[in-house]
Amino acid sequence: MSHRVPRLGVALDNAGWHPAAWRRSGLEPGTLFSARYWVDQVSALERAGLDFVTFEDAFSGTSPSAASTDPALGTHAVRGRLDALLLAARLSAVTSRIGLIPTATVTHTEPYHLATALATLDHTSRGRAGWQVRVSPRHPEAQLTGRRTVPDVPLLDLDDSFVQGLFDEAAAVIETARALWDSWEDDAVIRDLATGRFLDADKLHHVDASSEWFTVAGPSIVPRPPQGQVLVTALAHGDVAYRLAALGADVVFVTPRDGEHARDIIAEVRAAERAVGRIGTPLRIIADVEVVIDITSAAALLRLAELQGHRVRSSDATLVAGSADEVARLLESWAAAGVDGFRLRPAENLQDLPAITGLLVPELIRRDLFDPDGQVPLGPGWSGESRPADGPVLLRARFGLDRPPNRYHDDLAPLATRRTLETAAGAR
Amino acid sequence: MTARAPANGKQVILGASFPGVNHHTVWGDPRAGSQIAIDSFVHLAKTAERGRFDFFFQAEGLRVREHKGRFYELDIAGRPHIAVVQAALAGVTRHLGFLATINTTFNEPYDLARQLATLNHLSDGRTGWNIVTTSDAFHGENFRRGGYLPRDERYERAAEFVRTALELWDSWPAESLGTAGGEFVTDPGAGRFAHRGKHFDIEGTFPIPTAPQRHPVLVQAGVSDEGREFAARTVDAIFSPFGEPGPGREFYADVKGRARRAGRDPDTLKILPGASFVLGDTPGEAAERAREVALAQVTPATALALLEQTWLRDLSDHDPDGPVPPVDADGVEVGISRGRTTSTGDPLEKAREWYAHAREYRLSIRELVIARAHRAAFAGTPLQVAQRINDAVQTDAADGFVIGSHLVPYGLDEFVDKVVPFLQEWGVLRTEYTTGATFRENLGLPPEAPGARPGVRPFDAAEFQPATAGAVG
Repeated sequence: MSHRVPRLGVALDNAGWHPAAWRRSGLEPGTLFSARYWVDQVSALERAGLDFVTFEDAFSGTSPSAASTDPALGTHAVRGRLDALLLAARLSAVTSRIGLIPTATVTHTEPYHLATALATLDHTSRGRAGWQVRVSPRHPEAQLTGRRTVPDVPLLDLDDSFVQGLFDEAAAVIETARALWDSWEDDAVIRDLATGRFLDADKLHHVDASSEWFTVAGPSIVPRPPQGQVLVTALAHGDVAYRLAALGADVVFVTPRDGEHARDIIAEVRAAERAVGRIGTPLRIIADVEVVIDITSAAALLRLAELQGHRVRSSDATLVAGSADEVARLLESWAAAGVDGFRLRPAENLQDLPAITGLLVPELIRRDLFDPDGQVPLGPGWSGESRPADGPVLLRARFGLDRPPNRYHDDLAPLATRRTLETAAGAR
Repeated sequence: MTARAPANGKQVILGASFPGVNHHTVWGDPRAGSQIAIDSFVHLAKTAERGRFDFFFQAEGLRVREHKGRFYELDIAGRPHIAVVQAALAGVTRHLGFLATINTTFNEPYDLARQLATLNHLSDGRTGWNIVTTSDAFHGENFRRGGYLPRDERYERAAEFVRTALELWDSWPAESLGTAGGEFVTDPGAGRFAHRGKHFDIEGTFPIPTAPQRHPVLVQAGVSDEGREFAARTVDAIFSPFGEPGPGREFYADVKGRARRAGRDPDTLKILPGASFVLGDTPGEAAERAREVALAQVTPATALALLEQTWLRDLSDHDPDGPVPPVDADGVEVGISRGRTTSTGDPLEKAREWYAHAREYRLSIRELVIARAHRAAFAGTPLQVAQRINDAVQTDAADGFVIGSHLVPYGLDEFVDKVVPFLQEWGVLRTEYTTGATFRENLGLPPEAPGARPGVRPFDAAEFQPATAGAVG
């Protein structure tokens, strides 16, 4: 590991990850569609020095956490959401340090639009953009465009080869996006008055991405992002997703139950990296945990009971309700197991975000488990017109990742970013 | 300050265009800044808001242009994803509208409608959509479906696209949002939609309730008969190519008449030509600066390249300051220039017209290109430019202008500093925004009723002919 202190981020989803959060918080439903609400939440996290914030999304807009695909939840469940990538963009010019990682789906969207949108987010945020990759496996999602056939069965009944196909396509989309991000070399803009040339055409490159799902000629319309490569992340619960992360991502979010399970997951992730022949920097492994944090353990448990009274929540991640001290002890055990950081899923934003910044962060600092905005090296020398004068904190740097060299630059040895689709195909 | 507008004159609508990727934008000037850094967009948006403009406008890029088998090197290149940059700008402005050019061909209605609805919320009702289509294979090579649409069908698809987007935007009325602590929605069917058409067969639940101005402001740039008819019935504003008073008044009267005949208040359809400007303290100084700007825009290399794009063959052995070579139909190279607007009909028609002009006035290549490919600017003193804008509006040649400038990103500053005060003094441009006003309200458009747009009759796709995306890339 090139960094010592774990990274700390928050995953934002609606009013919180608990489906009853909006009701218990007394929020007007329209609040979740207003910029003000999101600016308030993210600004507070930035002030507390958190490394990043992620924004949940799905192609349908249906919240995975609210599980509102269940019609029984009816009119009391949160419905709908704003587009996460545009929400992150809205926050990008009014924040200055925190990493912004929207979810963007790859199954029913255009790889070219995704890549250019994420590159633009990196420009508007001055190098703080990330991407949480997600596939869209559900039948109702396919009906929103009517262009692909997806079996109308419960998720768990989906055919393995169908699911593998979705993830293979996701790997191809990531690889294409990475190629597009490199398709302008950093010194492509020359402004050469003598020859009248703004561009050096030799520094732009067709990407000629071709797969069974799409082709993209390139180059990108957007010059290379400030980070060189936008930080790619994925949430993964098993081998298919671990392999996708190993092929295409920089960071993987995982869901350990305890310290021992965390060790197992790390071993599985490393095995997936070997299986796909990952070259270069290993995945940063960030552990997800859903939290209800309060002044005392009893207060947290009481609040969780109130939430569950509204609606019982079952989570893919460990749910812990307790005092900051208790939560910090849990995270400490996971850090000892070797994870590179934590992503907190607040059960109820209006209660748990202030608890994270006011109670948990000081406790983590005390235990040397968090260093607000600290020890973050600036990205190594990068040129190009988009360089802000005041030296940005690149999101990649928070994870100890360099600004990668450009795959199209001459004399480059094979690098992590040059992993090809052939590698992906060979790994299956 | 002398000239006065008539009392109670029409309000002038002003849009600010972010300089595009073409030879009109001068990058060699020492004051020229980045075409992609967020600071450039923020500066222009804030300058437009300081000048009490109605909106900020950007064109879309879907592929880097190529010329003679290479990426085109002479013009500014590189653009942002528009929705993303406009979402960011919504956070650092309070009143300015944002008009995004977005293609219907390489998007799906659900996805794009969701993005525009998101922008509409995140900007508190300050979003607009300039509807364009493209269908050529060159741009299609960047997208899943490729250049899949026959030329005629792309208009038909675009028409169905817009209709579908309107259905989605109307599918979840904000009135059915519930209350704190109660139901999230009062109508279980909120957001449900099903559209069965030739181009789209989709259904589901739209995830965003109606935003402050309900629909984004819709804009289109068609000049064909079908395009005018569609615009007169459906959109809120037309980008007119007719900036001159005569043709401007003719176009204005025509489309406003069509709107009236369609049962619509013609005042709810705004006509907006584009204009650039060059200022001087005296008319002579302005003319001299206009000449300097033209020479900076049309460099010797650019002059040759633009001639090649018109003559459709390699002319690199010609002297830009020398005589214009004849048009040669046998020498035409198909695809010499890719990523520019293509015209139908005789590909050399424009070349023949240019050549005749060059012969008549004995022009060099560079002089010809300046005379023909150069965008006419309003050149004059600030007062003259203000008068010309106001005269066009008060005499019904336009309802306002989309102001471009030749410098990124500071070109608009002197317009705001010197021209805007005249318009404000004459009472034809606001001195303060109305707090909380939407883009639609700033344009003086009435609020939209639930359901269909006023005046929209059942869609006949055949009548819809939006313009192609100009100089995409």
